[in-house]
Amino acid sequence: MSTAQKITLAKGLNMGLRKAMEDDPKVLIMGEDVGKLGGVFRITDGLQKDFGEDRVIDSPLAESGIVGTAVGMALRGYRPVVEIQFDGFVYPAYDQIVCQVAKMTFRSQGRSKMPMVIRIPFGGGIGAVEHHSESPEAQFAHTPGLKVVACSNPVDGYWMIQQAIACDDPVIFLEPKRQYHADKLELDESATPDPLFTSRTVRAGSDVTVLAYGPTVKTALKAAEAAAGEGKSLEVIDLRTLSPLDMKPVFESVRRTGRVVVTHEAHVNLGMGAELSARITEECFYSLEAPVLRVGGFDTPYPPSRIEEEWLPDLDRVLDAVDRSLEF
Amino acid sequence: MSDTAAASPGHFGPDLAEVFGPSQQDGGPELVQLLTPEGERVHHAEFDHDFSAEELRGFYRDMVLTRRIDTEATALQRHGELGIWAQLLGQEAAQIGAGRALRPQDYVFPTYREHGVAYTRGIDPLDLLGLFRGVDQGAWDPAEKNFGLYTIVIGAQVLHGVGYAMGIQRDGAVGTGDPDRDAAVIAHFGDGASSQGDVNEGFIFAASYNAPVVFFCQNNQWAISEPIERQTRIPLYQRALGFGFPGVRVDGNDVLATYAVTKAALQRARDGQGPTFIEAYTYRMGAHTTTDDPTRYRLSDDVESWKLKDPIERLKVYLRRNGLVDQQFFDDLDDEAKELGHHLREGCKALPDPQPMSVFDHVYTEMTDELAAQRDGYEAYLASFEGSDH
Repeated sequence: MSTAQKITLAKGLNMGLRKAMEDDPKVLIMGEDVGKLGGVFRITDGLQKDFGEDRVIDSPLAESGIVGTAVGMALRGYRPVVEIQFDGFVYPAYDQIVCQVAKMTFRSQGRSKMPMVIRIPFGGGIGAVEHHSESPEAQFAHTPGLKVVACSNPVDGYWMIQQAIACDDPVIFLEPKRQYHADKLELDESATPDPLFTSRTVRAGSDVTVLAYGPTVKTALKAAEAAAGEGKSLEVIDLRTLSPLDMKPVFESVRRTGRVVVTHEAHVNLGMGAELSARITEECFYSLEAPVLRVGGFDTPYPPSRIEEEWLPDLDRVLDAVDRSLEF
Repeated sequence: MSDTAAASPGHFGPDLAEVFGPSQQDGGPELVQLLTPEGERVHHAEFDHDFSAEELRGFYRDMVLTRRIDTEATALQRHGELGIWAQLLGQEAAQIGAGRALRPQDYVFPTYREHGVAYTRGIDPLDLLGLFRGVDQGAWDPAEKNFGLYTIVIGAQVLHGVGYAMGIQRDGAVGTGDPDRDAAVIAHFGDGASSQGDVNEGFIFAASYNAPVVFFCQNNQWAISEPIERQTRIPLYQRALGFGFPGVRVDGNDVLATYAVTKAALQRARDGQGPTFIEAYTYRMGAHTTTDDPTRYRLSDDVESWKLKDPIERLKVYLRRNGLVDQQFFDDLDDEAKELGHHLREGCKALPDPQPMSVFDHVYTEMTDELAAQRDGYEAYLASFEGSDH
């Protein structure tokens, strides 16, 4: 039935949400401007028209209210998918996410489940004002009870959002907003997707392993392309899942290359790179030829947008780390 | 609404003497009361109910047993069997009135002080002790009892209640006229919580979606050491108007009035007429919890004056004066209370500590590989001590 089509990440997410709503009448969408407007990034475009105002709910402008009421809906047997409009606006809901959503299954000894997806457009590079370009993933990955995933491309967007909705645990679903309307990929709706909580090697190589997720996957792939021109072979892994981590393909790769560069937009201090580095050191100590290096946002607030491209990890900073690793 | 809310010209705010003054107190026009502190049955034009003798005896029994739960748990804390206990002394009428107004299909979102409401939902009072003893974080099945887990973060559960009520709407269980189908939520909180963002967001969501929820605020006048005047400069129930739904102040020490008002508000919600705010005006006779020392911040005179408004005594006077009870009733109840006390004392001490390894269970619906690895590592660590003296 399905015909292959080339889609953007925004389209992939939209199609995935639509499919999930068709498949399960308990799936609800709630957030600011998700109805008629289709969300500020148009990810929920057309869904309210087709599924009605009871299932695609424009909410009052209150993030804690959105997540807190979604807790109640989940307790009533619904599967709420809430949209936080921008990464920097998730903090008013932080208490509900960390104290209520994350702990409900544990506190109730498994009696009350929290099948909730919290979608957060994240990362920078869109020339926005402050609070619109942040990468809060480590704050959620640090929280037991939450699962955290980040998609990096349109096809993953389509599958991963459906898998996250089907998951009985709460999932923080990070979407690289810079990629929403960028590259197109061909989607085959009849394909079988990889399981949600798995990492994937997206480019094979033998000299250095580059770990990335969300927006930096593209950066890492470009870096690998450029490095290849200089005779260096980079292996790129799209982590996809940040909690739980899927370290198997990482360890397997590191045992071959002996060198690792982790790149993310989030601040490096206590970021995902720190955890990855620790786990790699614990498991692959004798395979390492160089320390695990991190390329990320500096430990400063996100900068004014005119200098964000300098602040964000880019191809050259990744290659610089690759060189430092190789020269160690 | 109250005249006190309307500032006179040239007046920049309500006069606090008026706000917290006589019109809000016993016999004042703003307080719904059906049984005075002296045990006199009075009537109210809007909220009233024809109580049978059996109902009245039931309320009395419920309140006595609820107080017994509280007394026993407080004593268990003093004996070191509980780490802490949140006392409800003085709030028995507010909780029993609210709890008995519920139908089985209604759903309760409690604070950590709702022991009386929990009792009306058929929860074994022993199950309330686990959280305070440190053996669990809620022993009952919320979906079985339609009674959520105690929530420690102040006010967070109010949003859950509103969301649950929105779910009831989506299930088509509002306004059908079927008394066994139409359902409502009651969200409990206190005067301190009325300052929380989550509670105010809950009001807004409920009003916006006309959700079938009753906001039940026990204004016991103290948020640990902070008096009600620190939380609000107008009577709490008057805030409801600003959110777009009715607010009622009821005498929270009057179980009859609390029952009648809550019953009406729940029916309003089930009928699809939206939220109601109930301010049950009461007083926290005990400490905030067993770790608190109220002598540091409030006068014993205040406590003494509220003793005269005791919720149990006034009903006892009424029952006796009207010949609705005999000595046998009190003797039987006394035996029942003693039995409950025994059940709590013996049961509490017998509550098993959780197994340390169980901490890894239920973090997720299925244990993740990385958590299983951490568990296995800890298990191996523990096993390394086997056969050793250390």
